[in-house]
Amino acid sequence: MLTLTSPVETPLHRLRAGLKLAALALFTFALFWSVSPLWLGLALVLVIALYLMGGTTFARHGARMMRPLWPFIAVIALWHLWQDDLYGGAVVLLRMVAAVAAANLVTMTTRLSDMITVLERLARPLSPLLPPRRLALALALVIRFIPVLSERAAQLSLAYRARSGRAPGWRLFAPVALAALDDAECVAQALRARGGAG
Amino acid sequence: MERSLTHIALFAALIAVLGLVPPLYLAGAVPVTAQTLGVMLCGTVLGARRGALAVLLFLLLVALGLPLLSGGRGGLGVFVGPSVGYLVGFPLAAFVAGWIMERTTLPPFWAATAGGVIGGIGVMYVCGITGMAIVLDKTLAEAALLGLAFLPGDMIKAVLAGLVTQGIARARPGALLARA
Repeated sequence: MLTLTSPVETPLHRLRAGLKLAALALFTFALFWSVSPLWLGLALVLVIALYLMGGTTFARHGARMMRPLWPFIAVIALWHLWQDDLYGGAVVLLRMVAAVAAANLVTMTTRLSDMITVLERLARPLSPLLPPRRLALALALVIRFIPVLSERAAQLSLAYRARSGRAPGWRLFAPVALAALDDAECVAQALRARGGAG
Repeated sequence: MERSLTHIALFAALIAVLGLVPPLYLAGAVPVTAQTLGVMLCGTVLGARRGALAVLLFLLLVALGLPLLSGGRGGLGVFVGPSVGYLVGFPLAAFVAGWIMERTTLPPFWAATAGGVIGGIGVMYVCGITGMAIVLDKTLAEAALLGLAFLPGDMIKAVLAGLVTQGIARARPGALLARA
């Protein structure tokens, strides 16, 4: 399945995942304590420079990832213009854009397998409660079953159209949920037959 | 044990698949996605504990970098953006919806609809609006104004959660783990 990791190789791809996550945590923490538009502006410039280091294709991809933020930026900008509080508006917007852009940058430059390795290390203290093998199995099952369930939904939709000539709309939800329940029972049986989930 | 694990995993996948359903637009502008319906169903079908775990598993995969939130969003960025409160509210909403399903003796439709309204709307909005107030540095009342645009769509989803749960109760009475 597609992940959000950028196929464009950047120098950041080569850094260790744990290091990037720790740096991101510090950076985000600092952003939420700072109230000076100057420092927040500099932080945003730094993030943008890191994006540009990856080349224009990479930076454009990064800009696309920020699209869901635009409605919020528009509402906040209008609100602060109307309240005549440009200083406060700048602080809020710079902080939010820098925080989201930095977090996206880590996601875009870290492979899923490296993220999972970090997760396994972080989850080790929890191992009496949640055996690492079980967590890994759960993650793998979800990744495997998203395409399976979505294929099933497409088949059910097609069958409904063939019978009624209309799109199924909300009527599809119950049979898809039933398919998930049935698959869960079958997979549980298959796991037990192969020695259990550990 | 295997049954719990596979149900949690398959319902995490179900939330992701429902996020792929193209949104319905109310009044031409407010998108209504099926993803939060998936969150409600985790609670009403699997029950409080398993439902919340399914939602947490889904969020974990989002954080790891899979674009599973509606509109193809994902990665670490969504956890510092203005919608973070809603993401925190997801597992709590599933837990409360499941708890209501488990602890009441109402017929499945009414119990699941009540769970959808109290968990999927009440708990979710408290978390989501608090999150927006913090990230956007607004008062709770101002943030609530932004959040309330989604209320009509979410009411529809709570009723749909009731209908789907009732459908499952009829088709596979034993599979409704919240009532098992």
